[in-house]
Amino acid sequence: MSMLVLEDVHTHYGKIEALHGVSVEVKKGEIVSLIGANGAGKTTLLMTVCGNPQATSGRIILEGRDITREPTATIMRSGISIVPEGRRVFSGLTVEENLHMGGFFNTKAEIRKSQDHVYELFPRLKEREHQRAGTMSGGEQQMLAIGRALMSKPHMIILDEPSLGLAPLVIKQIFEIIGHLREEGITVFLVEQNAHQALNLADRGYVLETGKIRLHDTGKNLLANPDVQNAYLGG
Amino acid sequence: MAANNLKHALFCAIVTLIVAYPILGLNLVASGTEIVLEGATTQTVISVLVAAVVVFLFQLFRDNIMALLGQAPALNSLANRQPMEQSKRLKLESTILTLIIIGALFWPFFVSRGSVDLATLVLIYIMLALGLNVVVGLAGLLDLGYVAFYAVGAYTFALLSQYYGVSFWFALPIGALLAATFGLVLGFPVLRLRGDYLAIVTLGFGEIIRILLNNMTSLTGGPNGIGGIPDPTLFGMEFGRRVKEEGNTSFHETFGIAYSSEHKIIFLYLIALVLAVITALVIRRLMRMPVGRAWEALREDEIAARSLGLSRTAVKLSAFTIGAFFAGFAGTVFASKQGFISPESFVFLESAIVLAIVVLGGMGSQLGVILAAIAVTILPELAREFSEYRMLIFGAAMVLMMVWRPQGLMPMRRIHIELEKQE
Repeated sequence: MSMLVLEDVHTHYGKIEALHGVSVEVKKGEIVSLIGANGAGKTTLLMTVCGNPQATSGRIILEGRDITREPTATIMRSGISIVPEGRRVFSGLTVEENLHMGGFFNTKAEIRKSQDHVYELFPRLKEREHQRAGTMSGGEQQMLAIGRALMSKPHMIILDEPSLGLAPLVIKQIFEIIGHLREEGITVFLVEQNAHQALNLADRGYVLETGKIRLHDTGKNLLANPDVQNAYLGG
Repeated sequence: MAANNLKHALFCAIVTLIVAYPILGLNLVASGTEIVLEGATTQTVISVLVAAVVVFLFQLFRDNIMALLGQAPALNSLANRQPMEQSKRLKLESTILTLIIIGALFWPFFVSRGSVDLATLVLIYIMLALGLNVVVGLAGLLDLGYVAFYAVGAYTFALLSQYYGVSFWFALPIGALLAATFGLVLGFPVLRLRGDYLAIVTLGFGEIIRILLNNMTSLTGGPNGIGGIPDPTLFGMEFGRRVKEEGNTSFHETFGIAYSSEHKIIFLYLIALVLAVITALVIRRLMRMPVGRAWEALREDEIAARSLGLSRTAVKLSAFTIGAFFAGFAGTVFASKQGFISPESFVFLESAIVLAIVVLGGMGSQLGVILAAIAVTILPELAREFSEYRMLIFGAAMVLMMVWRPQGLMPMRRIHIELEKQE
C-alpha cells in the first residue's frame, strides 16, 4: 500500500527545470531516504510534494488522493507533516506555544494528548516547556521542530536534513527518534546529506542527481554499492 | 581610536556647515522687483558655527557620551524588579483599565472645551494605532499606506451624507466595512510581498487613494473637500442650536437645559471613547483566538507557518482587512468631528505618525500603543509654546525614546494561553 507516489514529476523555477521527471514511491510504514549532493534537487522535490512550487507535469498521489494541483495549505492539513530545512521553530514563542501551533487545526483535547506524547518522546522539551524556542540549542530546536510536526498526528512525516549542523551525539539521538517513529506506524521520508546514517536506518533509498533519480534500492544495498560509496560515503 | 574619531568629527562638523550655512545663513530678500541674496545676521552665522562646534565635540567624545547614555536605564529603579505574578498582574491591569475608562467617562465635564476636542483626536489616533498594530505589530506586515483606509472611512461618511443624507450611525458600519473591503482588495496583490517591497506597494496605494480623491472633482470636490458633514445624533436628538433635519428634536430642548456648544463636543468625545474601547476589546479578543496566533506565527516564520497548514492568503488578508476596518471606524469619527474633510487630511505624514505610534508603543502591545498615541498626539500640543521648534522637539523625543527603549514604551508581553488541566 503506497503512502506517497510521485509519477514522472517535473518542476520548474521560472524557465529552469529543477526536476526532470522524478518517480518515487513511499510505502506505508517505511522509512525511505533520499540522498544527493548539494543542488541535486532534494529540497525542491520535498517542496513540490508540499505544493510550493507546484509540479509542472506528472502526478503526486498521497494516500490514493491526487494532490498535484492542491494548494499548500490543503496538502499540509491532509495527514502529512514536514520538518523544514534549518528547523524553523518560532523563536519568539515558547516551546509549548510552538507545539500548540503544530496542532493548530486540532481540538484542545487532541492537542493535550499529542503534547503529552511529544514530551514522552523528548523529555528534554518538557524541561524547557516555558522557554523561548530561540534560546535553545540547535539539537533541542530540531527536537522541537520534529515534535511540532508530530502535533497534527500525521500519517507521514517528511524530514529535510534533520542532522544539519548538529553534534554527532545529537544526530545519533535524532536518528533513534526517527527509528522510533516507524515503530509507531508513522511513515518517514527522510532527506539527508548524511548518507551513511540515513541509508543505515532506511528500508529503501533513492539517490538523486541533478534532478533525476540515479539509483533506487534497499538501504543496505545502496550502502554496499561502490558508486554510492565513492560519491556519498567518502570512498 | 582618538585620531580616527578626530577625523570623523572634523568631517561631521564640515558637513554641518555645508548643510546649515546655505539654509540659514543666506536669505533671499525681495527688493522692489528683484530678489537679492543677502547674508543673514551675525547672530545666525554664530549659531551655525556653534552648532558645528557642538557636532564636532559630540562626535569627538561620542563613545563616552553613548556609554553614559547606555547607563541611563540603570538609574531606573523599576528596571530590575521582579516581574509580578501573571494572575496578579492581569487583575491589576484590568482594575487599572476599568478605573481609567470610568475616569475618562466623567473627565470631559470638568475640563475646557479645547482639552475635550484634543482628547477626541487622541482617541481617533488610538483607534488607528490599534488597527495598524494588528497589521504591523502582530502580523509583521509593514504597511505605509494605512491612511488610505482612514480616508475611505471618512469619505464614505462625507459622501453618503452629502448625496443621500445618511446619518452618522448608518455611515459608521458602512464606512468601516468599505474600508475593510479596500483592505481586502489591497491584500490580494501584496500577498507574495514582504518587508521593503510590501512597504513600497502599500505606500503607493495610500498615494493612489489620496490622488484619486484629489482629482475626482465632480464626486469628491477635489482639493476643496467636502463640508457640512453632520454631527452624530443621540436617538434622533441633534446637538445644534436649531434642528436641521425634520423629525429630529434638539438635545437641549428635550432635556430642558440651556443650549451649549460644549454638549456636542463632549458627545463626540464619548462616542470616540466607546468606539476606542470596543476596538481595543475586539482586537484583544482576536489576539487570543487562533487567528491571532496565526498572525504571530506568520510574522515569526512564514515558511514554518505554511508548513503547518496555515494558509498565507487567509492569514494575511484577515490582518489587512481587520486593520483597515478599524481605520474606517476612526475615519468616520474624524469626518464627523471635523465637519469638513479634504485630501489634505490624509497625506503620507499621517501614515508615518500612526506607524511611529505603533513602533514607539512597542509592536504588538496594546497598552503601549495606547500610551504612545496619547504621548504623540499631546506632545506637539504641549510644545506649542516653542512654536516653530515643536516638530524639532517632537523628533528629538522620538530619537531619545528609541535610544533608551528600542523595544518601545511597553514591549509586547505575549499572552500566555494554557490549556486547562484535565484530571
